[in-house]
Amino acid sequence: MRLSHLSLVDFRSYAGLELELEPGVCVLVGPNGHGKTNVVEAVGYLATHGSHRVAQDQPLVRIGAQRAVIRAAVHHEDRSVLLELEINPGRANRARVNRNAVGKTRDALGYLRTVLFAPEDLALVKGDPAVRRQFLDELLVARTPRFAAVRADYERALKQRNALLRSAAQLRRANRGAAVDMTTLDLWDGHLASAGAHLLAARLELVESLNPLVGKAYGTIAGRDTALLDYKPSFELSTGGGSPVDESAVHDALIAALNAGRKDEIERGMTLVGPHRDELALLLDHGHGPVPAKAYASHGESWSFALSAKLAAFELLRAEAIEPVLILDDVFAELDNSRRGQLAQVAASAEQVLITAAVEEDVPASLSGMRYRIGKGTAERLR
Amino acid sequence: MYEGVVQDLIDELGRLPNIGPKSAQRIAFHLLQADPVDVKRLAETLLKVKETVRFCEVCGNVAAAERCRICLDPRRDASVLCVVEESKDVVAIEKTREFRGRYHVLGGALSPIEGIGPDELRVRELMARLADGVVTELILATDPNMEGEATASFLARMVKPLTADGSLRVTRLASGLPVGGDLEYADEVTLGRAFAGRRKIDG
Ligand SMILES: Nc1ncnc2c1ncn2[C@@H]1O[C@H](COP(=O)(O)OP(=O)(O)OP(=O)(O)O)[C@@H](O)[C@H]1O
Ligand SMILES: [Mg+2]
Ligand SMILES: [Zn+2]
Repeated sequence: MRLSHLSLVDFRSYAGLELELEPGVCVLVGPNGHGKTNVVEAVGYLATHGSHRVAQDQPLVRIGAQRAVIRAAVHHEDRSVLLELEINPGRANRARVNRNAVGKTRDALGYLRTVLFAPEDLALVKGDPAVRRQFLDELLVARTPRFAAVRADYERALKQRNALLRSAAQLRRANRGAAVDMTTLDLWDGHLASAGAHLLAARLELVESLNPLVGKAYGTIAGRDTALLDYKPSFELSTGGGSPVDESAVHDALIAALNAGRKDEIERGMTLVGPHRDELALLLDHGHGPVPAKAYASHGESWSFALSAKLAAFELLRAEAIEPVLILDDVFAELDNSRRGQLAQVAASAEQVLITAAVEEDVPASLSGMRYRIGKGTAERLR
Repeated sequence: MYEGVVQDLIDELGRLPNIGPKSAQRIAFHLLQADPVDVKRLAETLLKVKETVRFCEVCGNVAAAERCRICLDPRRDASVLCVVEESKDVVAIEKTREFRGRYHVLGGALSPIEGIGPDELRVRELMARLADGVVTELILATDPNMEGEATASFLARMVKPLTADGSLRVTRLASGLPVGGDLEYADEVTLGRAFAGRRKIDG
């Protein structure tokens, strides 16, 4: 999949930008704060309807303007689609596909797919477990859209169950010792466990298919050492490994864990086990056995690991379905020369990759393709 | 904050379902600028509805008298009872003309977030209606979302003792494509779920 044209109106620092794009590599260079990330952020937003930098839409609209527009021509095999998204902070966004308005903006999803790696992704290694769970879940949804519903179901059941536990906790405190009526708790346990088991089994299978790809990507970039992912459920679970994961075994184990922790949960008024508390450990092996990257990895190693995870996601999607557009924001500056060279080779294999760099020399000369110089609000083609 | 009665109006409107502070404000100012005759008619209708419309003492549906039209109709099949969440569900099912039995309106679905447990629903009334054995089929037609499913499984469990000797059959409405929660999902999501959840059909 690739873009042939990108146009921005009042997006971030751009009053108007027209960018021609060719297949293969496209590098955007320019000084700090001149708008390189803004361009790739727009492409990511068009694909996901969300920014990798901000949760709110207001900062995406050029200061002083009312709305922003992102427009792109997307090509996949012999099909072309013109995608248009109007960002209206505080109101509903509007989308058009081939100049036809779509009823719901989400109907415009799926035409463009991207895998974006940005400095923010260092949180994948250094941040809270929630960041890593989200990485898995977003990839699940990208592979199989149905998981958006499974995830929403799990979150809904969790909210309901927590509300029930909270009111039970309050009741318990109010009349000490009195038995709390928990007839409906079993019910929410059941809903939580079926959505939870579905989600968890899928995460386990995903980690299984991702692991060799992460190891390969890290090996390529770092040249040595091994990196692997280890999914750690928040409760006692032995699936015996391997795909497909036995979902009913996961379900039963989750139910057993809920039952075992019930007293504790009523006391604390919240659900203490389940996919929302699981951890995805990122492990590095320097030859002395695997250790958590979060605690042991250097800055460059952490960076390489986060990048490897994203590249693995890219490889997985490319192998199973439609190859996404790869976006690498500011990656080269953080890597040593050998890692830069290795990454350049991976990047060169993509159908289309958008790369940003503040210092042109950081991008290996071996990376041919298009090059743009980004000025404040403008783009000048260098080659 | 606005002065006195204007703020009172905004607060009252804001208590209505699905009306946030912004909408409440908009409606309030719309009413302030509207023709007094129109506003008076609205106020009178509100009062009249509260005075004249009540809930059927049998099924809980809205009714103009002590019992609703459906409960009073002798042609309706008293052996089939359909449990729904709200009166509006009765209207929806009636439109299909598929159903000739009677209804039981629960008044909502289990939702701890909103503080709704079994005691807040007309569950006790339902059990009382089933006691004499006239009803032989109970259709659980709560919404196909998480709260509706939870409510249906709760009711199924409550009536289980009555099903032991075969005198009561409990069914759940087939919802075609399953939908998840309140979220409106992309069609591919819904369809994807339907595929994943497909069942063997004997023919
Ligand atoms: N809504 C907006 N309206 C106007 N300008 C904006 C808006 N949002 C961001 N900017 C400007 O865009 C610039 C940042 O652009 P961007 O993040 O793309 O920089 P960059 O070229 O990627 O820099 P770096 O090399 O430091 O990563 C800043 O100068 C910022 O003030
Ligand atoms: Mg940047
Ligand atoms: Zn009635």
